Amino acid sequence: MHRLLTDKSGQKMLLLGNEAIARGAVEAGVGVSTTYPGTPSSEITLNFFQISRETDLYFEYSTNEKVALEVAAATANSGVRSMCVMKHVGMNVAADPLMTLAYVGVKGGLVIVTADDPAMFSSQNEQDNRYYGKFSGLPVLEPSSVQEAKDMTAYAFELSEMLQEPVILRTTTRLNHATGVVELGKINAPVVQGDFVRDPMNYVTVPAVSKKLHARLLTRLEKAKQISERCVWNFTQGSGAWGIVCNGVSYNYVSDAVSDLGIEAKVKVFRIGLSHPLPEATIKQFLKKCEKVLVVEEGEPLMEETIKAFAQEEKLPLTIAGKGENLFSRLYEYDPALVRKTIATFFDVAYEPAAPVDLSGIPELPQRPPNLCAGCSHRATFHAIKKAAEGMDIICPNDIGCYTLGFLPPLSMGDFLICMGSSIGTACGFSRVTGKKVIAVIGDSTFFHSGMAGLVNAVFNNHNFTLVILDNETTAMTGHQPNPGVDMKNLNMNGYGRVSIENIVRAIGVPHVSVIRPYHVRKSVETIKAALDFQGVSVIISREMCHLYARSIKKPGRGAFYVSEKCRNHRTCINELGCPAFSVTDGRVVIDPVMCTGCSVCAQICPEHAILPLKK
Amino acid sequence: MDTTRLIIVAVGGQGNLLASKILGEAALLCNVPVSMSEIHGMAQRGGVVESALVFGDARSSIISDGEADVLVGFEPLETLRARKKCNPGTVVITNLAPVPPFTVAIGRGTYPDVEMIQNQIRTGISRLIAYDAVSLATEAGNVMAVNTVLLGSLIQTGILPLSSECVKQAIRTRVKKQFVESNLNAFEKGFLAAQRLT
Repeated sequence: MHRLLTDKSGQKMLLLGNEAIARGAVEAGVGVSTTYPGTPSSEITLNFFQISRETDLYFEYSTNEKVALEVAAATANSGVRSMCVMKHVGMNVAADPLMTLAYVGVKGGLVIVTADDPAMFSSQNEQDNRYYGKFSGLPVLEPSSVQEAKDMTAYAFELSEMLQEPVILRTTTRLNHATGVVELGKINAPVVQGDFVRDPMNYVTVPAVSKKLHARLLTRLEKAKQISERCVWNFTQGSGAWGIVCNGVSYNYVSDAVSDLGIEAKVKVFRIGLSHPLPEATIKQFLKKCEKVLVVEEGEPLMEETIKAFAQEEKLPLTIAGKGENLFSRLYEYDPALVRKTIATFFDVAYEPAAPVDLSGIPELPQRPPNLCAGCSHRATFHAIKKAAEGMDIICPNDIGCYTLGFLPPLSMGDFLICMGSSIGTACGFSRVTGKKVIAVIGDSTFFHSGMAGLVNAVFNNHNFTLVILDNETTAMTGHQPNPGVDMKNLNMNGYGRVSIENIVRAIGVPHVSVIRPYHVRKSVETIKAALDFQGVSVIISREMCHLYARSIKKPGRGAFYVSEKCRNHRTCINELGCPAFSVTDGRVVIDPVMCTGCSVCAQICPEHAILPLKK
Repeated sequence: MDTTRLIIVAVGGQGNLLASKILGEAALLCNVPVSMSEIHGMAQRGGVVESALVFGDARSSIISDGEADVLVGFEPLETLRARKKCNPGTVVITNLAPVPPFTVAIGRGTYPDVEMIQNQIRTGISRLIAYDAVSLATEAGNVMAVNTVLLGSLIQTGILPLSSECVKQAIRTRVKKQFVESNLNAFEKGFLAAQRLT
């Protein structure tokens, strides 16, 4: 049995923040969950995926976050508790249904999880999704600890049903990937079937309906504010005259700092857990009892600005600060020392910061950048593209996935990237105005996510570029989640369809389509050359299963290769491929047989044919 | 309860996350409050994986520069890179078997001399326990058990409020069945190695 299904209320378990969120939903009797995978949210839905195989929970990996939210909007409006999970930038994709779903509301609880990534450990930006709460008019819950992540998730379903609105559960990487001891609660049996009762005058958002619904949303928001005023997640600690307002993980750093600085008697901390709408009356009361107030929130000064406005309304003359010189930054994530130092500065507390360690004797250390895996088929594809485009002045818009790493040397393929699916849309623009050859790359999952629309645009507007779809038959970057092109029988799972990328591309009307097997180097180069020669949109589908995925589903592997005596040290293999199975030992190139996957691409490009299969 | 802060640094694939889980599970068994933080990111693709474990009553699950009580490094270069987490009271335990970054392997950078690495780490901390953990793991019958070898040494130092028994129990529950025995051996070897180096 899945360990998150352990039905022992009161038992303690060590859980990852993301596991705690999944457990909270299970305790709340979640019946449907949808997602598009994205770090730092991925483990929440990995658990749902596993749990759905043992229970009646319906779970799906949707093609993108917009679709995921639309599915959940329907199930929640059929009375089934539903959860929709995404990383912060996914919320931008889901923003279209989100804004109007807020008008329509829900019947069964709907919790939308957004996992924000301050400091961008694995993201293209560090947007602060609390604004989506304010923007859409929906409540936002922000847990500070792993235990709270579970408890608040369960509460979020109740709050959602109380208000008949979706609730946003906003986390950050430091909570998603924190681990802590969690006391389990009772599991409520999931309700997985519901009914939708037709009521077009409340559900079909034509202008006449929406005018009424927007007014209703504001009434519900007012009710949410009343709840926020007396909500257990918004609490005060201490009674001193120095005020600190904080949320999420910042609360942890504040608590430790107050105790480290020994200023417990002087400080009053207001921890915000239900952060939209803010408890206005309670905060105003809090401000009245403070001499000065520091707002500690990672990201944008969202609470700070609102709290300053509250003080203005009350004509309170106290200093309220958060972001600013010598105070907090809008950049990156905070840490305990930074918060301690800033609190000491702001309240003028004597404080001896630890002397920085002397690092002067340390020479410059070689960096350890991430790299495409040994034997990765994307490396082979990038190499073939480079060979085919030799002598051409190219622009290569890249996309989001493992293959983004192709921008690093020696492959150096990747010139522009803004979001999922952007390689194709931007290729349209680059090719239109630069006169250069544009070669866009995109992965299979990303193609389904939002690449398809760009390709339709390209065909209709008759743009001129080559698109290479890197089809490794899984969503590799986030941990091998399925996408609509994946053969689910490989996972021993029936009842799924399978969508052919090649058929889609042909149906869209791309005039020049070819399929390559990237481990066949010469043939791939020739095929790509032909595509590059074509005027108009050409698409190459480069198909080879991610070998880590292949290994995980126990596909038979290939044997390792070695560098034989024939090697004359041209180092073409290393200089052009940069496969991590290679190293140079005593001036000679060697292949690590444990890492080598036997893709044989190096063997095919070696000018001396010196790389040979190891005899078994 | 006093707070003890532990940083573990490793290269993706060396078993850092499992080691952290074992310690967390051991803390749960020993009734020690624990909060942990990991950065998964691009771990599988040869990058650095850092875990922070805070034992005791602190709420923060991350550890600022200069504030680690113990640093365990699974790879010497990465241990040195993480030295900014140390202060004069820090104990450092490191494996000495290098995993050269890819840039070095293809000759586009130089791996620093391991003797120099050791000397640099030793400067300005309280104690360094350094040895080749890969050899010990191999002796224990599982070349992949570098992580449990180092856990053995970590527990031997007595810095963490965790008993050997709790950690061994956590190894039994968290490690795949067929590898439990070799991991327990590895733990023992690491424990003895730290004792010898005292």
